[in-house]
Amino acid sequence: MSLLWLRFALACYFIGLTYAFFALTRTSDLFSRIALHAASLGMVFHFVSLVELFLAGHVVWASVHNGESLLAFFSMTFFMIIYSIYQTTSPGVVVFPIVFFLTFVAAIDEQPVLLTGFVQHKGWLIAHIILIFTGYAALVLSFGASLLYLLQERRLKAKKPSSLISFLPALEVIDQIGYRSLLLGFPFMTLGLITGSVVAMSTYGHIDFADPKILLSILMWLVYMIMVFTRWNSGWRGRRAAVLATCAFVAAVVAWAANYFSTIHRFVAS
Amino acid sequence: MRYQLIGVNHKSAPLEVRERLAISEKNLPDCCRDLTAHPGIEEGMIISTCNRVEVITHTSNGCADLRGFLHDHFHLTAAELDSHLYEFREKEAVRHIFRVASSLDSMVVGEAQILGQVKEAYATARAVGSVRGQLDQLFTRAFAVAKRVRTETAVGSSSVSIASVAVELAKKIFGTLQGKNVFIVGAGKMSELAARHLMAHGCASIFVANRTYGRAIGLAQRFNGQAIKFEDLYNACDKADIVITSTGAPHAIFRKEHGEQFLSRRKNKPMFFIDIAVPRDVSPEMAKLDGIFAYDIDDLQQAVSSHVADRRHEAELAEAIITSEVERFEARLHTLDVVPTIVSLQDHLETIRQAEIDRVRGRMGHLTPEQEMAVEALTRGIINKVMHTPITTLKTAARDSEATTVIDVVRRLFNLHDKEKGPASQANREASSKKEVGSGH
Repeated sequence: MSLLWLRFALACYFIGLTYAFFALTRTSDLFSRIALHAASLGMVFHFVSLVELFLAGHVVWASVHNGESLLAFFSMTFFMIIYSIYQTTSPGVVVFPIVFFLTFVAAIDEQPVLLTGFVQHKGWLIAHIILIFTGYAALVLSFGASLLYLLQERRLKAKKPSSLISFLPALEVIDQIGYRSLLLGFPFMTLGLITGSVVAMSTYGHIDFADPKILLSILMWLVYMIMVFTRWNSGWRGRRAAVLATCAFVAAVVAWAANYFSTIHRFVAS
Repeated sequence: MRYQLIGVNHKSAPLEVRERLAISEKNLPDCCRDLTAHPGIEEGMIISTCNRVEVITHTSNGCADLRGFLHDHFHLTAAELDSHLYEFREKEAVRHIFRVASSLDSMVVGEAQILGQVKEAYATARAVGSVRGQLDQLFTRAFAVAKRVRTETAVGSSSVSIASVAVELAKKIFGTLQGKNVFIVGAGKMSELAARHLMAHGCASIFVANRTYGRAIGLAQRFNGQAIKFEDLYNACDKADIVITSTGAPHAIFRKEHGEQFLSRRKNKPMFFIDIAVPRDVSPEMAKLDGIFAYDIDDLQQAVSSHVADRRHEAELAEAIITSEVERFEARLHTLDVVPTIVSLQDHLETIRQAEIDRVRGRMGHLTPEQEMAVEALTRGIINKVMHTPITTLKTAARDSEATTVIDVVRRLFNLHDKEKGPASQANREASSKKEVGSGH
């Protein structure tokens, strides 16, 4: 049943995806409103799907697909928060395709793989997952914002005010979206890693720093911290910030992919 | 419809000619009076702006000598003036006025200023009594058309003067201008105008630096701002988010190293330079720095003209609206032409009806109220049926521009020569005219 709701959500997100492609070539208030409503409806289905999963009572949360579904949901939540503050749907250009992709993968079939070994620390595990995914979602938003910042900066530098991508909000607004996402995401990511360590410690009695998952997670956190620090200390924006955000995003993707190689943080067939 | 229009604009005449025809606000009322005193002119109005001088009239015969008026009034010979003049009559004059009011004939299509200028000219002419019924109708309609064009097309959607383009660009960078600081370098008229625009959009404070410190103080006082000594420029400039620079310096005063200093002190927060100086005040190397957005006068002008290009499509839509509005206006005027005849016809037949009822009343003896009502209804019914076809024909003819012929025929058939001047028919006509105008919409 949960999968059915997720597929409904996917159908709604598809409208968002169409909007993302459409918005690259022209502006339409009507379409952006439709996309917004569709995305909101999608979130409702998505939420129902997640609640059903939770009520199922297993630690199925820790499966790859549910992780993707959760990340998609948190990314949408961030998008909606940003929309309510700045009244702009333009981050959707980046967020909608990512959310659609994540939901699509999660909605393909039943959960094929499950994380093993942590059943006795369900509370910590759930906290870990929620915190980490909130951090990831913030990172996605921040990455999207830094790309939009680059686009808008290029456009303003090119001095062609009526070029195609005129839907973008003001440079400083994009900058604030990116920075606030970054600031908000960092504590979640940090706490997520700490709770993860607690789970690992109590399960294995030690943390294996040579494990690719642990290594890459720490690397990702370091890049994240450098981003926050450079931004806070010297206000890095534009190209440099975009490079850092891309590094952090790539590190996050690689850290996620490490689930397949890690010995302690691994998904196996259910 | 005996409208006649003559004038010059930015397309037909160079500035030197327009200057000689320009009429100051102070002289405009007298000029309107002179115009209506000219032979053959019943009503008249003059629009005088920096881009156009136009004389719009309603004449007694449709061919008043407006060129003669211009020659006399401005003491210009035909050789000096006539090759720059354009002249429109009747429908074309209406179209031209609609286009002017809707800002389709402006140098920058869609700019909002012209409508205000036309309204002022109209108010002046109305105050001196040179605009009455005919021109009143024309301009009231023209303002409505201008409003329609503005609402139904995007022709006036974005602002276009250099100052407002600067504001628009600043908004693209900063979002809101609330709380932003503006720095004026070189106290010129243009930079003052741009600063005024920026302040009107919410900028918080203004700093002014000028080589002559006294002028900086003067300008700063006008904006409740702060004057900065020119030698302190580089120390203070990073406080500003927007810098408007227009010095007469022969070389760039803002170079790459300055830009780097500013950005480092501002923690890389972006800065917007509006460089309206020729030669430029901001070096191209500095403009390349991340976080520095510098627009020189050419860039700003390009932004203005790109707006114009955007508007071309919208202008086509606006032209279609104008064409339909001209047709409507013309049809409405023709309908008004037939109104007196319709009223006369109604009066005429009503008189016959009353006379006939009075004539036979004696023979019918005493009638009960019910019988009275029945007679009234019967006779009215006959009259209405008789009138139906001629009135419909008149109204149709009005729309087909055959009004004059049909009016003549109807008047002759019903012998309507002198009957329309009575007080009853006057009141009737007004009521009917209102009805016609209402139905004309």
